[in-house]
Amino acid sequence: MKIRDILLSVTAAAALGTSASAMECETITLGAAISLTGKYATNGVHAQNGYEFAITKIAENGGVQIGDKCYNFDVIYYDDESKGDRGATLAERLIQQDGVQYMLGPYSSGLTKAIAPITEKYGIPMVEAEGASRSLFNQGYKYLFAVLSTSEQYLASAITLAAERATAEGRDPSEVTVAIAVENDPFSLDIRAGVMEDAARYGMNVIIDEKLPRDLSDMTAILTKVKLVKPDVLIVSGHSKGAATAVRQIGEQRINVPMVAITHCEAADVTGNFGDFAENFLCSTQWAETLTYEDPIFGTAANYETEFKAAYPEYATKKVPYQTAQASAAVYVYADAFTRAGSLDKDAVRDAIAATDLATFYGQIKFSDAGNNIAKPMVLRQIQGGEYNVVAPSNFASHDLVWPRP
Amino acid sequence: MDQILFNIGLLIEYPMVNLKIVIDGVMIGALFALAAYGLALVWGVMNVKNLAQGDFVIAGGYTSWFLVKTGWLQSIGISSNIVALIGVPVAFGVMAAIGWVIYKLIITRVIERDLFTSLLATFGLAIMMAQIMNLLFGSDTQSLKLDYETLYFADGLIDVPIAKLIGVCMAAGLALAVILFMKNSRMGQAIRATSQDSRAARVMGIDTEKVYAFTFSLNAAICGAAGAIIVMVWLIQPFYGITYSVRAFVVVTAAGLGNLPGVIAAGLGIGAAEQYGGHIFGIGYQQAIAVTLLLIVLFFRLLQQRRKRQALN
Repeated sequence: MKIRDILLSVTAAAALGTSASAMECETITLGAAISLTGKYATNGVHAQNGYEFAITKIAENGGVQIGDKCYNFDVIYYDDESKGDRGATLAERLIQQDGVQYMLGPYSSGLTKAIAPITEKYGIPMVEAEGASRSLFNQGYKYLFAVLSTSEQYLASAITLAAERATAEGRDPSEVTVAIAVENDPFSLDIRAGVMEDAARYGMNVIIDEKLPRDLSDMTAILTKVKLVKPDVLIVSGHSKGAATAVRQIGEQRINVPMVAITHCEAADVTGNFGDFAENFLCSTQWAETLTYEDPIFGTAANYETEFKAAYPEYATKKVPYQTAQASAAVYVYADAFTRAGSLDKDAVRDAIAATDLATFYGQIKFSDAGNNIAKPMVLRQIQGGEYNVVAPSNFASHDLVWPRP
Repeated sequence: MDQILFNIGLLIEYPMVNLKIVIDGVMIGALFALAAYGLALVWGVMNVKNLAQGDFVIAGGYTSWFLVKTGWLQSIGISSNIVALIGVPVAFGVMAAIGWVIYKLIITRVIERDLFTSLLATFGLAIMMAQIMNLLFGSDTQSLKLDYETLYFADGLIDVPIAKLIGVCMAAGLALAVILFMKNSRMGQAIRATSQDSRAARVMGIDTEKVYAFTFSLNAAICGAAGAIIVMVWLIQPFYGITYSVRAFVVVTAAGLGNLPGVIAAGLGIGAAEQYGGHIFGIGYQQAIAVTLLLIVLFFRLLQQRRKRQALN
């Protein structure tokens, strides 16, 4: 058992080496079940690229120092085919057969939910970057840590923003009316819960509250209602199909709501696909390259974007998705935790991860007892002239909010 | 419940909304009808229940999307709008060829077997097609935005995007062409003869193997054209096929086999009913509404048949 573990986690790193210092380092093997095929394949690949980029950057910076030895990361990937049961099986295989002692997360809340019970059962720490549902963090898991903000925060700041604008106009925030259309899945329902909580806090009236089907391609029925009852804020969340459908049909039907806030703008490439229709939409994001975060490995957020594009030319013409940035941040959390733990023991590493308080290019990372990151806010960007400009929270805002949408 | 009453109240307060819902419903229904029409053909003629029906639709959508995105035709001075329209006949042709290949590779081997073999084969085909499209085009949703205006009526309450209007006209034109083809051409007659009694048709000298291949390929072509229209007005994703498969099955089952005009009417009706149901109960229930309608139709049909049987006794 011991010999097998040592053989697996302390393999010669010559094959990995990217620099002179990397050549002398040993290897720490991480495991990940990730969606390389199936419906999450695009984002699964974004996440995998983020992991790989971080591994290269950490190696270039001398690797992870544990005592007087240095280590580099290597990851065993398996394709979970975007299916939860497959993900769970592969997690078992990584832990049982491949002897992996430390896991990186899969893509999506659903897959993370499927894998977390397995890592928990074997007491294997998992730092995940792509599962945002808050239902992951009320299960009492001790080995699950997420670098990203939980999903109820995604669009809640839009409500605060609308309340601020109403106050500035001399109206009471409770006069603001809200329409919500979200998909009936854990992630989007969390978003709805966050919006509802914030709306209730301001005494706002939610006049439309509807669920979108999984196979959404037409939402004219909801938009017709929106046209009739004229809410001040329209919230839509239904992954990239929700974003694409909303932007297209709100444009076609000329729905004049003062504020429309949606998720997955970049994934649906709403500016590229729908041009002017996307103007003045608010889009939530975990991270933006214009934010003023930085760390010693990746530099600033803007530097991360530049170097990542250089390493992965296929991203040259588009924005680096936040899914990639947060995947890199997850690897960085491991690097930091191993250094502080000063040991390869998984429980020592788990405790070090739990004690993380790390400034990164992706934002501050500090975990609650439940394992979610409580130090990083969500960011709202508004599409202005085809560009994504940060408008909230106000201490990061680079541009003023256009309110109401013309 | 309050929400439902509120929604019904809106329909009464703004009567024009009813007209808008019917128009939207007919537009979406026209495309369901096309996919269902192809299914009715294959089901009626070959007794194959094609579970990959929706995936043919999506593949047609990707054919047209790919044609526009590669920009080959734009490079010789054709505008993107026109290329998207050219995409419809191109998708028709490409899918006809793919349909023929699929027939020769798979369907011909299961056509004489029992129902479950053909169901399993087409189910497998559906999974394969979705994965292949996923590998080729990625899992992101895709659509084509045509630079056409939107027409507004009744103080902007009714909106009809011209792209959608063109799509519906093309769907209607295609349906009409297929109906005329089935009625008047020799192949159409052979298809109808084969669907009535394949053995008798063979005895009369009809090459039923050729008829089957043609029917399957025509079905794929119709679905492909429907997909090329869908990508202009809604969106596609490799795993969206099931939506259209379910609708096609509902429409064909409700209309009954061998009743091709009925299939079109049922398609339009289900489109409108879904829009109404979506407005009143919420769009999360649209698919449930389609299936509930099917249950109601089957229930009444059963009652009718029972009465007929009693009369015979």
